[in-house]
Amino acid sequence: MALLEFRNLTRRFGDLSAVNDVSLAIEAGEFFTLLGPSGCGKTTILRMIAGFDAPDAGDILLDGVSLAGVPPEKRPLHTVFQSYALFPHMTVAGNVAFPLEMAKKSALEIRCRVNETLALVHLEDKADSFPHELSGGQKQRVALARGLVNKPRLLLLDEPLGALDAKLREEMQVELIALQREVGITFVFVTHAQQEALALSHRIAVMRNGRVEQCDEPDKLYTQPANRFVADFIGKINLIDVEVAVSTKVLLTLKAPGLGEIAAADPRPLKAGERGAFALRPELIRVHGHKESADLKNRFAGTVRELLYLGDVTLYKVALADGQVIEALMPNAAPGRAKFHEVGDPVWVCWRHDAGVFLKD
Amino acid sequence: MKRPNIWLWTASLAVYAFLYIPLAVVVIFSFNDSMLNAEWVGFTLDWYAKLLGDGEMLRAAANSLLIALLSSSIATALGAMAGIAMHRWRFRWLPFLVLTPVAMPEILLGVSLLLFFRQVLDLTLGFFSILVAHITFSIGFVAVIVRARLAGMDESIFEAARDLGATPWASFRRVTLPLILPALVAGFLMSFTLSIDDFVITFFVAGVGVTTLPLQIYSMIKVAVTPEVNAVSTLLMALTLTLILTASRFAPDVLRGRQ
Repeated sequence: MALLEFRNLTRRFGDLSAVNDVSLAIEAGEFFTLLGPSGCGKTTILRMIAGFDAPDAGDILLDGVSLAGVPPEKRPLHTVFQSYALFPHMTVAGNVAFPLEMAKKSALEIRCRVNETLALVHLEDKADSFPHELSGGQKQRVALARGLVNKPRLLLLDEPLGALDAKLREEMQVELIALQREVGITFVFVTHAQQEALALSHRIAVMRNGRVEQCDEPDKLYTQPANRFVADFIGKINLIDVEVAVSTKVLLTLKAPGLGEIAAADPRPLKAGERGAFALRPELIRVHGHKESADLKNRFAGTVRELLYLGDVTLYKVALADGQVIEALMPNAAPGRAKFHEVGDPVWVCWRHDAGVFLKD
Repeated sequence: MKRPNIWLWTASLAVYAFLYIPLAVVVIFSFNDSMLNAEWVGFTLDWYAKLLGDGEMLRAAANSLLIALLSSSIATALGAMAGIAMHRWRFRWLPFLVLTPVAMPEILLGVSLLLFFRQVLDLTLGFFSILVAHITFSIGFVAVIVRARLAGMDESIFEAARDLGATPWASFRRVTLPLILPALVAGFLMSFTLSIDDFVITFFVAGVGVTTLPLQIYSMIKVAVTPEVNAVSTLLMALTLTLILTASRFAPDVLRGRQ
């Protein structure tokens, strides 16, 4: 049985469906992420799990038992808030002890568990500090310790890294993964940062307008997006309007108006004439100066319109014959050369037949 | 840019002089060894000694202190609830209802309370009616201070308490109460000051028999402004000033307009 299950979860605010008929199951021990742009309903779901908000329809089940009508303090789960929500009048140790005190644990157990958990987040020496004396990253760790100390069935994290600067954010991501592995507690993580979601999660549910667009493992989401929205939201991608020309069990031939034929690998039986988008990641496109070296199945001529030199890679924006611009990401490593092409250069772009996917409209 | 403006200085000094010279005069003449508030004769503490021997004055002072203590305690409890309610539930009419007594002219409040006590409740005026009246006009002040304190706080702190296993009561006792404590202390001291200084409303609802300090002073100056009045006024002034300064230490954000 799934640890946490949403059944047709719906929440409306006036005319707006913040959460619209969402059904999902989250397994014990999972690092599960709700990902989507602001206003997609992810935070509303989190608040309903925590008990600060109630669904208008549908149900949330924990271990198969409905949470309807259970007040927040009776739910065996804790939340790490975006603002950390540390109690400003308590020390770090006092904050971390709070859930244990509420659970009426013995003084001895409280002391042991607080020390243990502070050690887990590397804050032993800050036990007697007050929240206002801590840095952003330290506050974050206190909030995590406070959420984990009473060993909840589930830890909810509401954009917990949102307030940190980029470098600290990356460090905390690594720590968060290690921490989750160590304590084995199920994490439900909410974020709008797709890279963060990819880096941290076992599974991700991509949401839009209160609905789940796709729920999958990170690499599946990235390589096999279910639709244009998911493809576009996760990472950079080229979307080329196409229609199906020929579909065999192995090879799919697509017709791109003004461009020509594109070969793709697709086992689905598709009808000729079906419209959609061909989605292609920039890093899977090669850019060459000579036609002969561009020896992959799909090959088109173009001109470098713009380029962004990023150090390790260069992003080329190449205008194709029909005028549409596709982006290609090429590694830079070559002795004595930083980048391989300049703006205005005539080039060939090419990619393997299995590099992209066809997304039905 | 930073050149001191002479007109600004003159105007400010004039305002302060207008505000504080009368008070200073009262204080100075309370130490004057003369029955008349006319010229400085010599230093004395006789008037303060005389106060301590004045039974009526002491009774009035005791009444004032007791009423101030009780009314500000009760007003603090009720005002805190009102402040929390105004912060948490956005009822449109609640702030209006709570804050009206603060803005209402005192004389109006006095008259309406008198009518209410006599005509509606048929109450005998005295200690109890004064107490209720003082609570009435103090609640609004406490509520405003408590609400201001809560408004400056991260709302998720209170959700976090519940989330981490605290019942509504435990969350109030362990989180809300300690966080609004400075506002409660400030509100209490404000109420205390308002109560002990109040003349107009008390005048209407006191009836006969029970007298507070301001009423006693008023009845004395009907005869003449004696140095004894100066002395008791000086003491009252000192008490008020101490309370206000203490209150502003506890809730600087509310009373000083900055952190």
